[in-house]
Order: sequence, then structure tokens, then C-alpha cells
Amino acid sequence: MADIFTTIGSWLTGLFEGLGASPALAATILMVLGAAVLASAVLFILVFNIWFERKVMARFQDRIGPNRVGPWGIFQTVADLAKLFSKEIIIPGGADMMPFMMAPVIAVMSVILIWAVVPFTPNLIGTDVNIGALYFVAVSSLGVMAILMAGWSSNNKYALLGAFRAVAMLVSYEVPLVLTLMIPVLLTGSMRMNEIVAAQRIAYLFMMPLAGAIFWIASVAEVGRQPFDVLEGESEIVAGYHIEYSGFAFAMFYAAEWAHGFAICALMAVLFLGGWRGPGVEQIPTLGIVYFLLKTFLLYFFQVWTRAILPRIRIDHIMYFCWKFLVPLSLVLVVVTVLVDKTARSLIPGYMLTGSLIEMLPRAAVLLIVNVAVALLAIAWVAWLGRRERERAEAASVSIAPIESGATAQQAR
Amino acid sequence: MKEWTFIAILLIVSAMLPTVPIMGGRLLGPRKPNEQKSSTYECGVETVGDTWVQFKVQYYIFALVFLVFDIELVFLYPWAVAYNRLPLFGVIAGVVFIITLAEALIYAWRKGALEWL
Repeated sequence: MADIFTTIGSWLTGLFEGLGASPALAATILMVLGAAVLASAVLFILVFNIWFERKVMARFQDRIGPNRVGPWGIFQTVADLAKLFSKEIIIPGGADMMPFMMAPVIAVMSVILIWAVVPFTPNLIGTDVNIGALYFVAVSSLGVMAILMAGWSSNNKYALLGAFRAVAMLVSYEVPLVLTLMIPVLLTGSMRMNEIVAAQRIAYLFMMPLAGAIFWIASVAEVGRQPFDVLEGESEIVAGYHIEYSGFAFAMFYAAEWAHGFAICALMAVLFLGGWRGPGVEQIPTLGIVYFLLKTFLLYFFQVWTRAILPRIRIDHIMYFCWKFLVPLSLVLVVVTVLVDKTARSLIPGYMLTGSLIEMLPRAAVLLIVNVAVALLAIAWVAWLGRRERERAEAASVSIAPIESGATAQQAR
Repeated sequence: MKEWTFIAILLIVSAMLPTVPIMGGRLLGPRKPNEQKSSTYECGVETVGDTWVQFKVQYYIFALVFLVFDIELVFLYPWAVAYNRLPLFGVIAGVVFIITLAEALIYAWRKGALEWL
């Protein structure tokens, strides 16, 4: 089970101890190095991500995209960063200085902190805390604070509107997010990220596709990506909460949003697609990071895809969709899942919670059927509601018609 | 404890990472403020009135509904972790708790707290 990263770690520990550091000090230095590498990797991968997103978006819109700076325009982001660095950071008159300057820092901080619990390989994880899933929820909601601070302190009406919308929306979508995040926790019996990954002999997406879908929709809304980008809708409130930011302060908001988008892809990969799991990982653990990144980038492509093809939804529709559809649906899903799973365990003989792929199949099949049934029922219910609404509207329009004809008849008389 | 030391270190590092370039940008970048530049941006129109106005009460109500849910959800997590080892009775107890949660949602719904307009 030797891993390149473990080897590097133990080599570095040996090196520090050889230089005269005590074991505790060596471990601390290693942690500081790890934190620095992790945090800068999160920001460095953005340079690639932003280019990737612009390129893919361009292809969707039948354009070429950035193609001048470097091969295939890959250094475009670097050039943009250099430009932003040389720009003045304007502080608008009447702005609340402290929150105004702290907001971009907190935005970036909340995103980097998420990565502390993301497992890259069986051995490479920032820190495998026993409440990993809960930690993710806690940390990712810090981003809301940054948005509220930015919007409030900017002394700008657009920024304030954007911040209000953002807080209402992000806070609402946290409920289905947390509810469906509970399902991998339920099935694994642990909040430790590495255990959740290790338990996914069959990826949870294939056991619980509905839970995965709700989690994905809610986390896209948490990032504020299209179609949920009312918080910075440029055609109505120009840029929302970061309208008054310029120079590198703006760049930090931009980076935080993109990094958050990538982080939720990583979490989706970890929680529902089996993270580092893949053929041959047991023999060569280093392969894990390859599988992990492949899955994450697949999801990232999917995210850019939805961004390219979906229009923005109105804010009241977004709120209704969350509170009147996603929240009841995920509540029903959790209840039905636990009841069916518990009953099936006593009724079906070969019903295993863990084991080999074949032994896991009965449970996977039962949960899959439950999920598909709940999803179909929910869709049928919404379709029925829509049909009833339409029939009512039609009935109303029909009942108006005779009155009109009656009126014209009266006039004619 | 060792696990949380890493998070504390990462917290400091991740706070430094954006602070340093912003400070650098402030120090190295141009700094020529004037009346026009520091005025509030409003698509070229002069701002009318105060920014920090009274806002729609609906934002508040949604926040309150969320608060109820979030606190209750946090209580559900320990139950979710123990789920695999729980007897059927324990699971039903959890389900009753979730139904109470759903009841709160239905109450808010019927009261019209979930209406945006």
C-alpha cells in the first residue's frame, strides 16, 4: 500500500528530524507544508479551470475562445491576473472599510477550507476528521457571510440587492443539500470522508440517483452558477454583491466562485461517484488521484455544460423550486429510504451492508428501485399539479367567453 | 487533536493567501482617488437616497424557516451515523422526528411563509 505521497511525507519527516527537529516539530512543519501546498494547488488549478470553462463555453456558442496567449490560449488567465494585479483597488465613498476588505478574504478562505476534508487517494487527505461531512456544511456556509459582508458594506443598491437575494437563495438551498448529504452518511454509517469513499464498492450515484441529483442541483445553487445566478444577474443588478470591487479584490471573489464550483464537483465525486475508487487502486494507491481528478473534471464539464445551455430562473421560481419541491422530496426520500432499507434487511436473506460487489447487489437494487419510484412519483405529482392548473385556467377562459358574447348580444339588442 | 491542528494551520494559510495579493495590489497598484471615481456606481445615474433602506420582510421569513430546519437537521446527523446499528424502533423514532420537521414545513407553507410575492 505504498503511496508516492506517503513516501514523500515520511522522507520529509526523516529529513527534518535529521536536521535536528523533534518528531512533534517535524510533524508540524509537514502539516504547514501540506496546508501551503493544498491551498496554493486549489488556486493554481483555477488558472486551468477558468481557461477550460471559457474554452468549453466558447465551443458551445460556436466560437473559438481564448487562443492568443500561449498554446491554445492556456495562459490567458495568467495575463488576466497580471492585468488585475496592476489595477487600482477602488474603495467607494461611504463604504464600510473593514467588512469591505475582509469579504474577499473570507470568500476565498471558505472555499480553501472545504478542501481540507477531500480525499485524493486512500492516504492523501488534508485531514480525515470524524465529522467530515458536517465540517463541509459548516465551512461552505461561511461563503454566505462573505457575500453578505460585501453587499452590505459596498454602499451600493445593486450590491445590497444581490446580497439579499444571495443570502435568501443560498440559505434555502442549504436545506436540501444537507438533507441529501445525509444519505451517503446513512449508508456508510460514518461522516469520515475516506470511509464514505471506501464504502462505495458500488458508487452511491447508482444506488441513490435521486439523492445524487438533488445534491447536485442544490450545490450548483450554492455556488450561484447558472441557472441559479440571480445573485449576480448582470442584466438586472449588474454584478450583484461584487459590483464595487476592482483589481485584485475582485479577482479574489472571482477566484472564490470558480474554486467553489470546482470544490462541489470534487465533493459530488467523493460522495456519490466513489472519489478515488477505480480499478487497480488497491494495488497502486497513487492511481486514486487520477480517478478522482477524472471524475471531478467530468462533473466540471457537466457544470459548464448546464451553464452554457440553461437560462436564468426567476428568483421566486428558484425559491419555490427549493421549498415546495426539493425540500419535501428529499424529506420523503430520506424517510422512505430508511424504512425500506431497514425492512428489507430483515426480510431479504442475502441483504448485506458491506461486502464484495456481488454481495452488495441486493441492497443496491432495492435502493435503486426505491429511488426511481420516488422520482417518478414526484414527477407525476408535479405533472398532475401542472395539468390541474392549466385546466383551471382553460375553464376560467371558457367561462369568460359566454359573458362577452352575452354583452355583445346586449349591445346588439 | 492532530486533525484539527491541520485545519487551524490551513485556516491561517488560506487567510494569508488572498490577503497578501490584495495588500500587494493596494501597495503596488495605482492609487488616484477622486470624487467621480469613488462615487457609488449606478449605471451612470446619481444615487438617490440612502442605500441601507428597509428591505422586503420575505427575506427575513425565509431565513427564519431555514433556521428551524438547519438546527433540526444537525440533530439528525448523529442518528444518521448510528443508523446501521439501530433497531427498527430507533429508525422509527428518527422518522417521527423527520415527520415533525415536515409538519413545520407544511405549517409554514399553509401560513403563506413560503410565498415570495
